[in-house]
Amino acid sequence: MTQPKDPSIAYDPWQHLNQFTSARIALGRTGMSLPTRANLDFQLAHALARDAVHIALDFTQLTQRLNQLGYATQILQSQAENEAMYLQRPDLGRLLSLASLADLQAQPPLAVDVVIIIADGLSSKAIEHHAVSFIELLLPSLQTKAFQMSPLCLVKHGRVAIGDAIAEHYNARLCILLIGERPGLSSPDSMGIYFTYQAKTGISTDADRNCISNIHSNGLSYEQALKKLLFLMDGAEKLQLSGVSLKDETTEAVGSNMMLPIF
Amino acid sequence: MYKSTIQHLSYDFKTLANLMAKATPLRSGDFLAGVAATNNLHRVAAQWTLAEVPLKQFLNEALVPYESDEITRLIIDDHNSPAFAPISHLTVGDFRNWLLSEQATTETLTAIAPGLTPEMVAAVSKLMRIQDLILVAKKCRVITQFRNTIGLEGCFSTRLQPNHPTDNPAGIAASLIDGLLYGCGDAVIGINPASDNLEATLRLLHLLNDVIERFQIPTQACVLAHVTTTLKAIEQGAPVDLMFQSIAGTQKANDSFGVNLSLLAEAHQATLDLRRGTVGTNCMYFETGQGSALSANANEGLDQQTCETRAYAVARKFNPLLVNTVVGFIGPEYLYDGKQIIRAGLEDHFCGKLLGLPMGCDICYTNHAEADQDDMDMLLSAFAMAGGTFIMGVPGADDIMLNYQSTSFHDALYIRQTLCLRTAPEFEQWLQHHGIFDAHNQLRQQTDIPHVFKASLQQLKNSQS
Repeated sequence: MTQPKDPSIAYDPWQHLNQFTSARIALGRTGMSLPTRANLDFQLAHALARDAVHIALDFTQLTQRLNQLGYATQILQSQAENEAMYLQRPDLGRLLSLASLADLQAQPPLAVDVVIIIADGLSSKAIEHHAVSFIELLLPSLQTKAFQMSPLCLVKHGRVAIGDAIAEHYNARLCILLIGERPGLSSPDSMGIYFTYQAKTGISTDADRNCISNIHSNGLSYEQALKKLLFLMDGAEKLQLSGVSLKDETTEAVGSNMMLPIF
Repeated sequence: MYKSTIQHLSYDFKTLANLMAKATPLRSGDFLAGVAATNNLHRVAAQWTLAEVPLKQFLNEALVPYESDEITRLIIDDHNSPAFAPISHLTVGDFRNWLLSEQATTETLTAIAPGLTPEMVAAVSKLMRIQDLILVAKKCRVITQFRNTIGLEGCFSTRLQPNHPTDNPAGIAASLIDGLLYGCGDAVIGINPASDNLEATLRLLHLLNDVIERFQIPTQACVLAHVTTTLKAIEQGAPVDLMFQSIAGTQKANDSFGVNLSLLAEAHQATLDLRRGTVGTNCMYFETGQGSALSANANEGLDQQTCETRAYAVARKFNPLLVNTVVGFIGPEYLYDGKQIIRAGLEDHFCGKLLGLPMGCDICYTNHAEADQDDMDMLLSAFAMAGGTFIMGVPGADDIMLNYQSTSFHDALYIRQTLCLRTAPEFEQWLQHHGIFDAHNQLRQQTDIPHVFKASLQQLKNSQS
């Protein structure tokens, strides 16, 4: 581990490529194997990601942050009663608990265009870091379209398909679900957005959804994600569908400084 | 009705599908599906009963109804009776003995492959230990070709997987060069696009094509978009080497993926028509994985390993260059820990090889599974001993787009060194020619960037200074 030059290690003379990606490139080798430092770096990242899975989302704090911005919220829960059950029974994570269903049904009927759901998923850090900022960007653009909206639904131990039941309850045409993605070594806080047109429990499948993933500080920006989402929403309204038949044809402007000038 | 009495307890298994599910080695996904054996004795009773079932029974009793499932129809309608004849008198238990015996040689195994159904193969795997799965798979030989030759004896290939969270071309290119300089990428250079976007797919297809043409690399490219996106790309004249699609083992599951046999046939034909292969015409790349059917609520009462094997019937219809079981990607609700992931990977490899497929394995896990690098090393070592066709090569084993851990360039070097394995011969020549490998196929100690990329990378450095 001594720096800078360990005679057992073959260092890669292309380490400057590191500036273009956060992938683990140009690690060098000792024999054919990973040098000690790179091996320990990996173990450290794995430990952090493992720990991130087990940290619960603070729903009280999330509610407060959203309420302070003037957005109404409600907390719902899936049928997965605890984390262990959530990990092993995705079927329960897709269903609203009886108590949550009763809460929804107790509300006066409301006809809305859009429901927005925020579910903890597999990374509470993703929601903690990105959900509020994204909502701050998203809601004004929905308001300019004069869409009717339900309160923001915050779902504990939720999977993607739990949005269907909520959208169905509100008779909502457009269902937008923000969820914590499975934590990666380099991105324990990646958020995904799933968009479904006319979501219906037991009828909507994965093929009926569009996914915008990898929203985090080294991934897709909030602005890029919003652009994609608005494109998909417009397309869905025209075609009256979402999923594999609705293609995300947004073109990203790639700055010249982002191109590796060799190909 | 399948019955057995064991230890003074009698068990009834109502259908062959039920018997198969109860006989399956323990895994979380079968509990999730509600089809698993209730305890160890129940499981072993099912295995004893399954061992007595004649192979012929699988031709008479469909596990998913013929009328409602096009994969069952494919399996039954395409069954080759003459190929089946030499083993048609065997039970599942006899079949295990036959496979392990000297009678089962590379030649006989190749000859019977079209006579085997996925269910026969899945059944026998349930009676096998890991060493059986390794020993028999090792005897199978499946060779495929596009711009190089994959699956030759003593060869072990890698898919170079230079993914990037935003499909950024520079980020992808950096991982790509790193991988090539570590001797990776003979199976395919394959990118998972961050979103299923036609523009991004087109851009990535052109990027990969430019790299392969400019540096004259004897390999093939693939952007792993949905088949309908890649078909659109072909319509727009994009350079498509391999057509990719994820597939599953029931019609309902494939519906949820937005594919069916006729769409796959159309995609296969469109890719064949491009005639981009130089040494062969295998132009499909499929990915599968235990649990995918259940995750789409479409397992039809089957256990996940049987479902998975039925996906191989879909794959073999289209003579793929590569089939990849992405074994630990789906999560702990299907394969709970390292032990379950290891066995599933070896089962899938065995079943695919027996059916005549070029099986690779994405040896991988997610951070919410009870697994770590040690488990992956165990599977990698066993998979290579079994004669596995290819693995993934991901920088530092950390896929920054898909958020999971797979095998690294270093892992491929480890296994090649330990078991004296080589890359595809055409690719090996390219590596030697450019001084990336030495004459003994060892990675050369580089004090400078190898000549092939030197000018390009120098240009890059200059452009920044």
